[in-house]
Amino acid sequence: MRSKWGSVVVPDQAIGGFMQQDDTSNEFSPWNDPTQTPLIEFKGVTKRFGEFTAIDNIDLKIYEKEFFALLGPSGCGKTTLMRMLAGFESSTAGVITLEGQDVAPLPPNKRAVNMMFQSYALFPHLTVAENIAFGLKRSDMPKSEIAGRVDEMLALVQLSTFAARKPHQISGGQRQRVALARSLAKAPKLLLLDEPLGALDKKLRQETQFELMDIQEKTGTTFVIVTHDQEEAMTVASRVAVMNHGQLIQVNTPDRIYETPNSTYVADFIGEVNLIKGKVTPLNDDIVEIHWAEGEQPLAGRSSETLAKGNDVTFAIRPEKVAISKERPDKAANMVQGEIIDIAYLGNLSTYYVKISTGQTIKAQAANNRRISRRSYTWEDPVWLSWTDTAGIVLTR
Amino acid sequence: MRRMSWFNVTALTLGFAFLYIPILILIIYSFNESKLVTVWAGFSVKWYGELFQNQAFLNAAWVTLKVGVLSSTAATVLGTMAAYVMVRGGRFFGRTLFSGMIYAPLVMPEVITGLSLLLLFIAVGMDRGVMTIVLAHTTFSMCYVSVVVSSRLVSFDQSLEEAALDLGCTPFDAFKSVTLPIIAPAVISGWLLAFTLSLDDLVIASFAAGPSSTTLPIKIYSAVRLGVSPEINALSTIMIGIVAFGVITASLVSKRNIARLKREEKLAVQ
Repeated sequence: MRSKWGSVVVPDQAIGGFMQQDDTSNEFSPWNDPTQTPLIEFKGVTKRFGEFTAIDNIDLKIYEKEFFALLGPSGCGKTTLMRMLAGFESSTAGVITLEGQDVAPLPPNKRAVNMMFQSYALFPHLTVAENIAFGLKRSDMPKSEIAGRVDEMLALVQLSTFAARKPHQISGGQRQRVALARSLAKAPKLLLLDEPLGALDKKLRQETQFELMDIQEKTGTTFVIVTHDQEEAMTVASRVAVMNHGQLIQVNTPDRIYETPNSTYVADFIGEVNLIKGKVTPLNDDIVEIHWAEGEQPLAGRSSETLAKGNDVTFAIRPEKVAISKERPDKAANMVQGEIIDIAYLGNLSTYYVKISTGQTIKAQAANNRRISRRSYTWEDPVWLSWTDTAGIVLTR
Repeated sequence: MRRMSWFNVTALTLGFAFLYIPILILIIYSFNESKLVTVWAGFSVKWYGELFQNQAFLNAAWVTLKVGVLSSTAATVLGTMAAYVMVRGGRFFGRTLFSGMIYAPLVMPEVITGLSLLLLFIAVGMDRGVMTIVLAHTTFSMCYVSVVVSSRLVSFDQSLEEAALDLGCTPFDAFKSVTLPIIAPAVISGWLLAFTLSLDDLVIASFAAGPSSTTLPIKIYSAVRLGVSPEINALSTIMIGIVAFGVITASLVSKRNIARLKREEKLAVQ
């Protein structure tokens, strides 16, 4: 787990702060600025393969210098969307523009877009340096400058000593960096990365994620990355688009996607979540009450939508925002009692599976900041779960 | 190494004997002093000497070589193009028919191929000679080339071609500078296969050949009808020698390449 998510129970003030975080900051967020023109724009783009709809009427704007992640399960259309940007697929309906220009008539070799392939697609008959020079030789760069540019790219990915090797003579991680250098050599306006780290082992992948972010910042290139690994998307991206069945379910910054998912699909796809179904009763302001089981205290939660009494909703709460205790907490907006049926020990954290009176299992996560032997509850112990009225989210779809 | 059972030893001996005793006898008798093929009269290389004096045989060898090089080159170009379209062309109208028709000559009786070509040459009024043999051999050997090349293209990572396009290649440039160098081994073995088929062919060549253009197989066949001479044995031994040399060299080279590749991959991991 990375620190960005917060692995401990977050105090409610912090969450309140989080939710109102917008606008005030001067950090990179061109998507909130209506005067910015997007680098790429999808307008009503649809792609069908025969009967199958791979991309279903998508509208999307991606801005310059963004690191944009397309995230979704396999078959959700994320790769098709990327291949349309590269020019390997054409849209069935709708328009894709790059810097305001319709890209439809441009073949892949005429687009200021380069792609890093999942298989790296390094040319096996050429050396590392020749691979990087491949695109430059076909650009309008003068011959005399090509060698210098190749050296520059080799230095960027720290492979200067491997210039004369063939792709089969270097390791997997090095191949990945050659592929990156090759696709960046022509200084494209947009770099597409198709599951760039999928073939690397976990440790190398994490290192490479930070390297990618570093290189993206150094070169100032707009990156669009396709991945099915939510952790990867959250780590590297400035914004994440969660996709399913050819549609964009939610597009937002990683923290907003995690903290305020707009649907049970997103909440469930990103990280772990407890989902509780119920009927809603609006109280004052944006606080609502959710009646979820006969004879149980209704749950209090916050909703940004206006809800009518009796609407079906799902209450979503992250395990790390559920506090677990042996004693009944003094004051908490929400509390339920249950019995620990399972404990998943992850080293730094433990996830407790607590069965409550309705038969539902609620996951609660706590940091193991004390030694296991000191823990005051274990299997089959009755415990209390509690959380604040702002910790969870009320979802209508 | 594990000791072989008596059954395996017998099977191996019988198999090799069956395959190679006829060839061995031919090679031995090519060094026979006597003019009579069946009587051994001591070791001699005089028939090899006479062979190189025989202008008719030398002419036939030259024609065969010319036909082989020209037809296998043409077959390789056409066969590679056909294979590329078959594997990469997607589903175009008439694809199934086209693929069926490419592979038809593989199973077509040679006599029929030869006869139909002969009829065609007569119909268009082409004089039979080296050109007609080249055309005939191209026709039947291009399907072998396309089988060899398409099996390589199927296992070829298509994203390599896409990467080339992405980096600014036109489709033709991508084929020339990425696809072709990578499938080159398959194209070369396709060429060698076509060349061998052309060297071997008797039936189709005899339909397409004219009086002035006799290939070696035709020459040998017609000479043997007048009786087997030690010269023919010598000629056949030379051909066996050339083929054996080619096969052994090719397998040694590829073995060495594989060993080198493995060694380098091991180095890369470290």
